[in-house]
Amino acid sequence: MAVKNRKRMALTGNEAYAYAMKQINPDVVAAYPITPATEIVQIFAKYVADGLVNTEFVPVESEHSAMSACVGASAAGARVMTGTASQGLALMHEILYIASSLRLPIVMAVVNRALSGPINIHCDHSDTMGSRDAGWIQVYTENANEAYHSVIMGIKIAETVNLPLMVTLDGFIISHEMEVVEVLEDQEVQEFIGEREPLYNILDVDNPITVGPLDLQDYYFEHKRQQVEAMKYAKEVINSVVEEYNKKFGTDFPAFIEPYRMEDAEYAVLAMSSAAGTMKEAVNLMREKGEKVGLVRLRVFRPFPFEELREVFKNVKAIGVMDRADSLNTMGGPVFNETKSALYDLETRPKMMGFVFGLGGRDFPMEDAIHIIERVKALKEGKKVDMVEYIGVRE
Amino acid sequence: MKKKGWKELPEGAIIPVAPTSPEFKTGDWRIQKPVWNEDKCVHCLLCWLYCPDSAIKVKDGKVVAFDYEYCKGCGICEQVCPPKIRAIEMVKEEI
Repeated sequence: MAVKNRKRMALTGNEAYAYAMKQINPDVVAAYPITPATEIVQIFAKYVADGLVNTEFVPVESEHSAMSACVGASAAGARVMTGTASQGLALMHEILYIASSLRLPIVMAVVNRALSGPINIHCDHSDTMGSRDAGWIQVYTENANEAYHSVIMGIKIAETVNLPLMVTLDGFIISHEMEVVEVLEDQEVQEFIGEREPLYNILDVDNPITVGPLDLQDYYFEHKRQQVEAMKYAKEVINSVVEEYNKKFGTDFPAFIEPYRMEDAEYAVLAMSSAAGTMKEAVNLMREKGEKVGLVRLRVFRPFPFEELREVFKNVKAIGVMDRADSLNTMGGPVFNETKSALYDLETRPKMMGFVFGLGGRDFPMEDAIHIIERVKALKEGKKVDMVEYIGVRE
Repeated sequence: MKKKGWKELPEGAIIPVAPTSPEFKTGDWRIQKPVWNEDKCVHCLLCWLYCPDSAIKVKDGKVVAFDYEYCKGCGICEQVCPPKIRAIEMVKEEI
């Protein structure tokens, strides 16, 4: 993913995200602090205090209020951003649906952190997976560099489709780890994102409208159907924005999925976020031993790229799907369930199994990554395996 | 009226015109109806002041009519009409 001949900065994931927000210079940021996302808005608040951005910063009393303020500002035509994690996202939950149904392109950082309980502050994906049906576009990033660039692309995607978008980064693993981030110039960012052209504006007093009216049996369904269509349109837009970005800035970010050593793979693993980095190295090690294994990193979970997954997996015999969250439905996590559902219509379906790992920030070491590959190989060879395995949990 | 489908409706569930409340005739909610006795009325305008639906029509400082297209039949006008006057009586709505 290296950007060529760019200014290189040593930044943590949170710092990189805040730096992108500074370059975007949104009209309004309303936020409430929560570990491990606090730094993003804390650093941004300093930019505001130092006069480096023109943003109206609203320090609200809760995340429910943060998202409510974002909704109001966005409905007034402003470019709006915020950031949160875990319980904060849970507290925003009802307003997430308001934002998406009002078609407001709010862009939010979510630093993935386990939901209580029991209370925990470390990384897993239970927070954003809990919001998966809220009508937000969800982009999961592998490292700080990708998070930085995804925020800038995210503004353009969200404002083109008129849907809210969250860019997630793994709590502590990415949010607090320092990496090399290759940044754009302020001017480049501004030119790329342009001006927001809102669908409507509640402050346009010459053209009064009603926003958020009661929507009962006779219209609610039609408006939900429109949201489905917006998500379909988001697929086109994500493709075109990522392509435009790569072309303009010499990057090579994947739009929905990143296939890794999949060319002649007989079996494969599907992973998201920072664990995909570990899994890439595990694939390299197994390839050295002659194993025909590949990896696909899922980057966008909403809209779900079922066509891309069908295409990339059409020739493999077995797939292991990794989830950093469990649906507690006794059949694994959401990525496993949805991928399985997406591949059902393939003429020859690969065998599939799920792996739940890293809950509550449990470490994901190389030996666990290798173990997953070995289990998928066993599945490919027709050996009996469990439908879902729990990786790194004590019996 | 044929209702619009999802392809025709404005996005974001907005109503792109205003005001829309006059189009919403609330008179058919009524189960009781205020009957106004013009002879008893002293035109104190308390009913006009309290009516939540602006259904009491006033001209030159005097009550002239009750607008049954919007009157929901809440009975507040009957309650606020001075006890010694009693110019408004709620009666069962006949359909």
